[in-house]
Amino acid sequence: MPRIIKHGAVTEDTRPGVDPDVAIPAPDQVCTLEQWLQLTDKEGSAVQLEPGQPPAPLLDHLDQIHLIVINFPVFTDGRGFSYARELRQRGYSGELRAGGHFIRDQLNYLHRCGFDAFQMSDDSNLEAALAGLDGFTEHYQAAIDQPLPLFRRRKQAAP
Amino acid sequence: MYVYDQIDQNIVDERVAQFRDQTDRFLAGEIPEAEFLPLRLQNGLYLQRLAPMLRIAVPYGLMNSTQLRKLAEISRVYDKGYAHISTRQNVQLNWPRLAEVPDILAELATVQMHAIQTSGNCIRNTTTDQFAGVACDELEDPRPYCEIIRQWSTLHPEFAFLPRKFKIAVCGSTQDRAAIHNHDIGIELVPNEHNEIGLRILVGGGLGRTPVIGSLICEWLDKKHLLTYLEAILRVYNQRGRRDNKYKARIKILVKAMGVDVFREAVENEWKALKDGPSTLTEEAIVRARSFFEAPDYQVIDIDTANAELEDQCTRDPVFAQWVKRNTESHRVPGYRIVTISLKATGFAPGDITAEQLELLAELSDLYAFGEIRSTHQQNMVLADVPTAKLYALWQRLQATGLATANIGTLTDIICCPGGDYCSLANAKSLPVAEAIQVRFDNLDYLYDLGPIELNISGCMNACGHHHIGHIGILGVDKKGQEFYQVCLGGSQSKEASIGKILGPSFNQEDIPEVIEKLLSTYVTLRTEEESFLETYRRVGIAPFKERVYAQDH
Repeated sequence: MPRIIKHGAVTEDTRPGVDPDVAIPAPDQVCTLEQWLQLTDKEGSAVQLEPGQPPAPLLDHLDQIHLIVINFPVFTDGRGFSYARELRQRGYSGELRAGGHFIRDQLNYLHRCGFDAFQMSDDSNLEAALAGLDGFTEHYQAAIDQPLPLFRRRKQAAP
Repeated sequence: MYVYDQIDQNIVDERVAQFRDQTDRFLAGEIPEAEFLPLRLQNGLYLQRLAPMLRIAVPYGLMNSTQLRKLAEISRVYDKGYAHISTRQNVQLNWPRLAEVPDILAELATVQMHAIQTSGNCIRNTTTDQFAGVACDELEDPRPYCEIIRQWSTLHPEFAFLPRKFKIAVCGSTQDRAAIHNHDIGIELVPNEHNEIGLRILVGGGLGRTPVIGSLICEWLDKKHLLTYLEAILRVYNQRGRRDNKYKARIKILVKAMGVDVFREAVENEWKALKDGPSTLTEEAIVRARSFFEAPDYQVIDIDTANAELEDQCTRDPVFAQWVKRNTESHRVPGYRIVTISLKATGFAPGDITAEQLELLAELSDLYAFGEIRSTHQQNMVLADVPTAKLYALWQRLQATGLATANIGTLTDIICCPGGDYCSLANAKSLPVAEAIQVRFDNLDYLYDLGPIELNISGCMNACGHHHIGHIGILGVDKKGQEFYQVCLGGSQSKEASIGKILGPSFNQEDIPEVIEKLLSTYVTLRTEEESFLETYRRVGIAPFKERVYAQDH
């Protein structure tokens, strides 16, 4: 069973991952976007987006989806950061999981963009990777973890 | 200038701690090279041909004397006693040791400096007019908006892994001294029909392999929408910019591929979701940003006396008179002048400055210019607020240390990247070419007669030396392992921006001074009275220059 980071702790994940080769995924299995689009009942569904698959088709079903996985085939492809933030800004409140080849030094940024779960292809040292979630006590710009930019929160202290 | 509060300080300190941990893990073999690469780049660290290079951020080119002294100290302790001013107004160290970089960053943090996002595929240092706040032709000081952009873009979680690097420049004056047409985003402060100053936004300009003049995406935007609009542009770019080919990954390629109207539509669509949201600037945020750039405590000066004295000094010392004419500019406050200090003395790499010179400038800025210094994208330094009566004393001190070269705006005020001597990307050396030109054209009277000429040299297609927008541009190219130089003419970074045209087949390094000589003599023959090199070129076109340069010798 794969181990993931979820809500700031290491845990085990029971949901079967994507299998693009099956016509009809198991009831609790994560669907590819193509499979998910075929689902007649999207209640409780789970779907994985790849780079180049912006979240537009999901936007009308955000309250029905329980899990969205955004896959990072390479850690330098940052499209998923924008997909995540867009999903959260449009009101998605289910689990938003980063999957694939990202690195622990990206966890803080990923978390700020709205990810609350992390399934790293290298799960050998998730306990150490947890450190990547922290590091900064303050941020200048608005993000999902702190929707108010610093300029709306900074005390008008004299310089 | 902007002064950190405890929050700003914490952010920079925590960034240093983060990078120290990353460097330790890299050196311990826990982070593979490929994964460390973007981490170090986003902290300014390149691994170059001979040694690492650390690029230190100088937000919109503004520094104080304390920071200059710290840079001098760092360059002595951790480097070879000199630093380099880059074409993005940043400061580069060419010989730091990787293991010591976290210590250098910690030293910088003690004087409110950092190297965050000076490299990598993220939003880079925002640049502006080196005469911001003191220029006679300024509508509004652009620096508060640069600082607002700096804060917004610093450690932005969504835009740290863009398809490619992203550069923003802001201009607030009639003349464009920030090259806004050649940036991923160029912002100009302009009035609307009710005379309210807002933002005119250009997108998709750039140099590099495919030089492009920016396209107009927004005619006039209320300033409060600055960040939400930028965020919308960046989000469209981050989602749709090409990632399959790094030479096609800049936003200019996306804008060209989509067409500016379709691109604008996508941005406006994204903007709908962000507009009037929490990132909309508050009046207090703008007032706070402005409060850091208020005018210093100018003295009331008796202009007539000051001018008479200056005239007298100029008459007695013609060398000083030339320096005043070439290296100083009118200031919006009577009795003050803007002084540009040339880092283009013959025999020194353009933009290089020694630790002693940094310290001297720190001292002179304390004595004569409210303790502030600016770096320019032409790789010079500026003391922006010098009383006319102090010019002579200032000049004497500069002369004694080789910093009084009176060549600003002339042929030898060359913009030049470090090139093949240092940079691992370069196809060819650029510094020896610059030096050969400076040596050949060392006669100041001849340079002054030629008038304003911008000569820019890049050692490769990446165009760090801005060769496309030089009146004369030189590009180093590699042909089967040999270094050649392509020459282009007619580029300009002004508001009437243009991209230079290639003259013809490339040249050997040793032929370049002769080629330049022929170009100049063609100009001198063809010019009408008062016509600059660029104006003559624009009137007669490239043909006469081409004929002269490639004519067979008989």
